[in-house]
Amino acid sequence: MKLRKVTAASAAVLALALSATACGGDSKDEGSGSGSGGGKIKIGIKYDQPGLGLKKPDGSFSGFDVDVATYVAKQLGYKPDQIEFVETKSADRENALARGDVKFIAATYSINDERKKKVDFAGPYLLAHQDLLVKKDSKISEATDLNGEKLCSVTGSTSAQNVKDDFAPKAQLREYSGYSECIAGLQSGAVDALTTDDSILAGFASQDKYKGQFKLAGLKLSNENYGIGVKKGDTATVNKINAALEKMVSDGSWQKAVDANFGPAGYKNEPAPKIGVIVK
Amino acid sequence: MSSVLYDTPGPRAKRRNILLSVVFTLLLALLLWWVWRTMDDNNQLEWDLWQPFTTGEAWTTYLLPGLADTLKAAAISMVIALPLGAVFGIARMSDHAWVRGVAGTVVEFFRAIPVLLLMLFANELYVRSSLNISSEERPLYAVVTGLVLYNASVLAEVVRAGILSLPRGQTEAAYAVGLRKGQTMTSILLPQAVTAMLPAIVSQLVVIVKDTALGGVMLGFTELLNARQTLAANYANVIPSFIVVAIIYIIVNFILTSFASWLEQRLRRSKKSTGAVLGEDTVEVNPAAVRGGFGTGENTGGGGF
Amino acid sequence: MFDFISDYDDPSLWGAFWMTVKLTFFSGIGSLVWGTLLAAMRVSPVPLMRGFGTAYVNIVRNIPLTVIIVFTSLGLADIFRITLGAGDDVKVMSFRLAILGFIVYTAAFVCEAIRSGINTVPLGQAEAARAIGLNFSQTLRLIVLPQAFRSVIGPLANVLIALTKNTTVAAAIGVAEAAYLMKTMIENEAQTLLIGAVFAFGFVVLTLPTGLFLGWLSKRLAVKR
Repeated sequence: MKLRKVTAASAAVLALALSATACGGDSKDEGSGSGSGGGKIKIGIKYDQPGLGLKKPDGSFSGFDVDVATYVAKQLGYKPDQIEFVETKSADRENALARGDVKFIAATYSINDERKKKVDFAGPYLLAHQDLLVKKDSKISEATDLNGEKLCSVTGSTSAQNVKDDFAPKAQLREYSGYSECIAGLQSGAVDALTTDDSILAGFASQDKYKGQFKLAGLKLSNENYGIGVKKGDTATVNKINAALEKMVSDGSWQKAVDANFGPAGYKNEPAPKIGVIVK
Repeated sequence: MSSVLYDTPGPRAKRRNILLSVVFTLLLALLLWWVWRTMDDNNQLEWDLWQPFTTGEAWTTYLLPGLADTLKAAAISMVIALPLGAVFGIARMSDHAWVRGVAGTVVEFFRAIPVLLLMLFANELYVRSSLNISSEERPLYAVVTGLVLYNASVLAEVVRAGILSLPRGQTEAAYAVGLRKGQTMTSILLPQAVTAMLPAIVSQLVVIVKDTALGGVMLGFTELLNARQTLAANYANVIPSFIVVAIIYIIVNFILTSFASWLEQRLRRSKKSTGAVLGEDTVEVNPAAVRGGFGTGENTGGGGF
Repeated sequence: MFDFISDYDDPSLWGAFWMTVKLTFFSGIGSLVWGTLLAAMRVSPVPLMRGFGTAYVNIVRNIPLTVIIVFTSLGLADIFRITLGAGDDVKVMSFRLAILGFIVYTAAFVCEAIRSGINTVPLGQAEAARAIGLNFSQTLRLIVLPQAFRSVIGPLANVLIALTKNTTVAAAIGVAEAAYLMKTMIENEAQTLLIGAVFAFGFVVLTLPTGLFLGWLSKRLAVKR
């Protein structure tokens, strides 16, 4: 009697759990099914960087990387509704390309020698620089001013550590889990400066909630040549993307995308980079 | 028991209790008022920051998919960890020394290592392995692997403690009526042990739900806490989003524990009616006697994050 | 084979595990005190305090530790300006905030362990205490808790071991403990398996002896009835 009840109860729990996983399984199958069939293209972007790659509340995507990716995909023969955007975290980019999970990646992907060993790059399509974002009335204008100040750093990113090592050894690193936390800290005064690529900083500073509160210091602490990552050895795709990027610049879409995404932050963009020319 | 600790309050004690209550309420109110004021001073109460949560989009685009991933990872981990834990728990009491040794080593090893490390480690293994796991699915695999290894070990201890807490007579009677070892385990000991250990098992399930969050911070698994990050990047509302997400966790886990205590009461009731042998106090009251008994579940459980 | 370890000095392997030990030590003491107070509240004659204790435990236990730890940094430090006397020193501040977060979380489990311990003390003990005229706090302090503590060393040991492992979450707010160093190493080195093994071994070394010692202690101190 009692035994039966126990087994019934445990069976119920198990059934619940099983049905939950079964549901998970189903949706997964759907996902991969639509990915492989029907002439779709998968493109890797960031989901949480305003101005570059952002997943908006209505489920669509916005940002400069997204605009470039959409334009390039169009030139490759894909309509906007054939594009499937996938989130590629920084650490996952090489792996996703090597495995063929995505066709190409436009996700603040700086070209450097280390990465070139693992993936091929088209572009560059934007020249960014490491810079500082500070409050509008801040006195910080040089990297050396950071001595004794609090500098925001995102766990796992090296840009803040580099500033500390090279320019301001007495800067204090405050670690957060993401840039949106950093910006919130900058607004509340918990940190004095935030450092990463000026394009990313401009994207955050142009958000409605933060408009007019911050400024870029305008330092060029490094050169970041954003390229489009393609699977190693896929030269045909690299050439096609390069042609698409050249067209994007020549027909004015490139400048339009820059103005639309970074405009409000007073971001002075570099002119469109020449394809294949990497500024060291 | 607790009411035995003090006399029924007389007039003076009643007055004192009321006074204490008032002081306590005042202190609490003061604290809350200060929290409210400080948040207001820092503009955290502005409607702009909270308004997104009244829109359907914030839920359908970010929070609900995140919650779905959290529950998915938790459910898969539970389904694998429960039977695996039972197997290891039983193996630790095997008659063969080498089975006991192997099971014991595995259980003790994975109980000693932080889940976070297990997840990071599993993730790296999957990256480097030749298994065909897409980079979208990998965080899920890594999170589930970490959770299963750790929680199966803890559940193994819970099951073992549960079986050890049963009176010897159960086993002896089973042998006496001619049941074999396996039969004794599956039809006599295990059903009773599971009933007895239900609270501990459920608090371990709560741990599994909570621990999925570790994958979000370190591995980029798109569970609830990670979905919050994308949400906050959009609405620029870091603090409010944390508060909302914390409330969601509390509700989900509250539902889980309520279900558990309902189940427990049902089982307890039915036990009385059949005159079950296992007294409550064997399980709850003598935690020190059975190593890792009640404590393993309730405490390592929660403590295991 | 292990030479990569000496490449790291901020923190070093030794320093990182020492940080883990420090976090565990201070959080352990703090949560023991706060957890005991909570347990006292949960059995106290004042209904409001009982309610508070119950609510605290049920809320805190259901929130992921990661959320609590990150909130100490984003909420307490940035909004409420609670730096715990660390002033402008970010490293000290994160360290102290992490400890505060661990105490808030772990105390809920300590409270439950002690409460189950209070339940093991025979009714007659408290009745006798009241009969000789002790009031609630005397009964609890002099008679019940001392016996309860002895019977919950086992469960408390489990909480302590869990706490040791939980300190890895502090990496999320930049406290340079073991998990923090492990993540850095994995990012820079190609020897994931080896690195994982080193840190796994470190934690086994930290937790196994604690468990064995406290297990022995709990057997020795168990109240013979």
